[in-house]
Amino acid sequence: MKITIQRESLHSYEVDLEDVTLLEVLHKIKHTQDSSLTYASGCRSSVCGSCSMRANGREVLACSYKVQDGDLIEPLKNVSVIRDLVVDMDKALSFNAKAKAWSLVSGEVNSVSQENEKLNEVQSDCILCGSCYSACPVYAVNGEFLGPFSLTRVWKYVSDVREEDTKEKIDTIQTNGIWDCTLCNECTVVCPQEISSKADIEKLRARSAMDGYFDPSFSGGFGGGFSFDGSPSF
Amino acid sequence: MKSDVLIIGAGGAGLTAALHAKEKGVSVRVLTKEYPTRAQTCMAQGGINAALGNNGEDSVAAHIANTLKSAHGMANEDAVRHLCQSAPEAVEWLDSIGVCFSRTKDAKIAQRSLGGASAPRACHAQDYTGLKILHSLYDKCLSEGVEILNEKFLLDIITNEDGVCGVSVLDIRSGEVEIYESKSVILATGGYSRVYDRYSTNSTASTGDGIVSALRAGAKLKDMAFVQFHPTGLKNSSILISESARGAGGYLLNSKAERFVDELRPRDEVARAINEQILNGEEVFLDIRHLGEEFINEELPQERKLAKLYENIDPLTDLIPIKPVAHYTMGGIEVDKNSSTCIKGLYAAGECANHGVHGANRLGGNSLLELIVFGKQAGQSAAAYALAHNAAHTAVENIDVNKYAQRDDENAIELDFYKIKEEIGELFYKNVGIVRCEKDLLLAQDTIKEIQSKLYLMGAEDTSKIYNTNRVEFLEFKNILELCAYVVREALNIKESCGAHYRVD
Repeated sequence: MKITIQRESLHSYEVDLEDVTLLEVLHKIKHTQDSSLTYASGCRSSVCGSCSMRANGREVLACSYKVQDGDLIEPLKNVSVIRDLVVDMDKALSFNAKAKAWSLVSGEVNSVSQENEKLNEVQSDCILCGSCYSACPVYAVNGEFLGPFSLTRVWKYVSDVREEDTKEKIDTIQTNGIWDCTLCNECTVVCPQEISSKADIEKLRARSAMDGYFDPSFSGGFGGGFSFDGSPSF
Repeated sequence: MKSDVLIIGAGGAGLTAALHAKEKGVSVRVLTKEYPTRAQTCMAQGGINAALGNNGEDSVAAHIANTLKSAHGMANEDAVRHLCQSAPEAVEWLDSIGVCFSRTKDAKIAQRSLGGASAPRACHAQDYTGLKILHSLYDKCLSEGVEILNEKFLLDIITNEDGVCGVSVLDIRSGEVEIYESKSVILATGGYSRVYDRYSTNSTASTGDGIVSALRAGAKLKDMAFVQFHPTGLKNSSILISESARGAGGYLLNSKAERFVDELRPRDEVARAINEQILNGEEVFLDIRHLGEEFINEELPQERKLAKLYENIDPLTDLIPIKPVAHYTMGGIEVDKNSSTCIKGLYAAGECANHGVHGANRLGGNSLLELIVFGKQAGQSAAAYALAHNAAHTAVENIDVNKYAQRDDENAIELDFYKIKEEIGELFYKNVGIVRCEKDLLLAQDTIKEIQSKLYLMGAEDTSKIYNTNRVEFLEFKNILELCAYVVREALNIKESCGAHYRVD
C-alpha cells in the first residue's frame, strides 16, 4: 500500500504491509527505506501519548490507527513542528501549570467513595497526547487559550472530593479559559481516551456560576451577566 | 547550568525523587529523553503493593515473606523490609497528591491479587495504575515548580577525584551536546528490557542508557543476568496483558483447551510453563471470557482495547493468544541503603537501580512500589549530600564535546544497525531468555562479540542536526550492545538455576 507523509514536502512511500497500525508502517519505512523519517513513539499501547499525528486530517495515535491505502499523514496542527511528524509539546503542556491543574490537599485526606472516584475516572485517563489542541478551533486563533486537556485536568481536581479548596482553580480559568470555548466538541471527537473536554468545560462553567462568575460575553450589554429572561447565562 | 540535585529520567522514580529533594530546600533539575508522562511508568497496569488489608486480611510480614520467596533467596532482607514497611505510607502519599485509585464499597483503596501474593495487595486504578500515578506526580512537580527539561539524551556522567560533578547530554532538538553541572546526580533512567527488541512489553525507550553511562563512570552493576519474562504478552505485538487478569481468575490454556499450570505462581514459573508448551508446538491462550463483561470493562478496559487492536479478538468472546516476553530487568546499578552508588554523589532509583529487593524474580506490584519508596530515598539522600557539600561547585573541566561527533571514524556505513538490533532481540529471546544453557549462551556471546567488532561499519545515515532520531537510536543501539555483552557474560558465570535465570544444563 501507499501512504503519503507531510515532511518538508510531501513524500510517498510504498510498503508491503496490511492490517497494521500506522506506527508499524512508520517503523518499517524508517528501518528499511528512509532512516531520516522522523516521528515520536514509545509504548505502542496508547498510554504514553507520544505518537499523536493526523491521518487524512483527523488526529490519531499512530499506534492505534490502522493504516489504509492512500492515507495522508501529517503532524498535529496548532503547534510548531520540529521535524516531520515531531512537534514541540512544551507550549501546550505549559497550560497545565498556567491553569494550576494540580492537587492542593494538605493534612488529612478525605476518603473517596466508589461513586466519588467515578466522577473523574475518565478525566484521569488523559495521556496528554495533544490531539485536542490540534483539533481545537479556539486554540487555533487564540494561542493563550488554556485549551482542552488542561481544562479537563482542572475539572479532574475540582471534582475530586479530596480537594477542599477549589476557589483558586475556578478563579484561574476565567480568563482565556472556560468562557472562550465554543463548545464545538472537536476535542471530544478526536480524544483517543474518550474524554470530553467540552463536557468538562461545561461542568466548570456551572461550578464557576456557583462561585459567582458569569459568561463575560454577556456582561455589560445584557444587564450584568443575566440574559433577557433574567436567568444566569452560563 | 548548575543545580544542587540533577535527576536523569522523569518517570515515577525520577519525579518522586525530585519532589522529595525539593522539599529539602535544594535546587532540583530533571532531564528526560522524552517527556515526563511518556516514561515507562505509564505502562504499569497491575498495581502497587501495600499490605493495607482493604480486601481481606494482610500484613507487612506477609508482604515481606512473599517478596523474599519470589526472590529465591537472592534479595537483601533489610531492603525488602524497608520496601514493604514503607508501602502503606507510600500509597497514602500517592492518595494525598491526587492519584485516582479504584475504591471499595466502603470507600477504601481497592486491592487485587497478583501472582505470588498471599492476599489481594495491589492497589490499582483500573488497569491504568502507572499512568495515573505518573500523571499525578507530574502535576505535583508542576505545582512545586520543579524544573523539567525535555528531550535530552544522557551521554556521560562526569566525575572527578571527589565524585560526580555533572552529566553531558545530547539535546535531541538542536543536536548540540550540553553539560549540566550538579553537586549530586540521581539516575532514574529505567531498565533494559529492549535488549530483547520486539520480544518485550516495554516502551522502545527502555534501552538502559543510564546503566551503561554509570558503568562507564565506574559504578558497579549487579544481577544483570536476571530478566523477568512476563507470562502474558500478546502473541503478535508483545503488548502486556496485566497479571490482574489471572489474579481475577483468568485461565491459561493450550491448543487442546487444557490448563497446564497454576496461573498464580510467580512469574518465572508461569513463564517457563508456557514456554515449555510453546516449544512442544502448542499455542497458548489466556481465557478471561468467564469473568464477564462488567468485570472486564471495569477492571481491564485497556487490555480489552489492546487485544481488539493487535490480535483482532475480543476477550469477552475469544481466547487471547499470548507468549512470555521480557518485561522487567531485575539487574541494575548497585546501590546501598541510601540509594547511593559507589561513586560519591551519584544515586540511582527505579528499574535502573538494584536495591536488592527483587533478587532473582520480582514480585508483581513491587515495581511501582520501588519507584515511590526508593525515589523518595534517593531524592532525600542526594539533597542531603548536596547540602553537606555546600562549597562552590566543582567545575566540570576539560570536556571535549567534539568526542560526541556523529561518527568517530571515516568508514562508510555498510551494516544496518536496525536489522542487527532486531536479530539481537531474536537471538537473546531464544538463547538468553526464559531457559538457558551453556551452548546457547556461548553462541550468543560470540555473536555479540562479532557484532561489536563490526560496530565501526555501522552508524546513523541521517546527518541532520535537528531532531535526528536515527542518531539517537544508534546511541541506544550501542548501549544495548554493551548491555548484551554484560548480560550474557553474567549468565554464563551463573551455573546454577535461580529464579528468572533458569539453566537447563
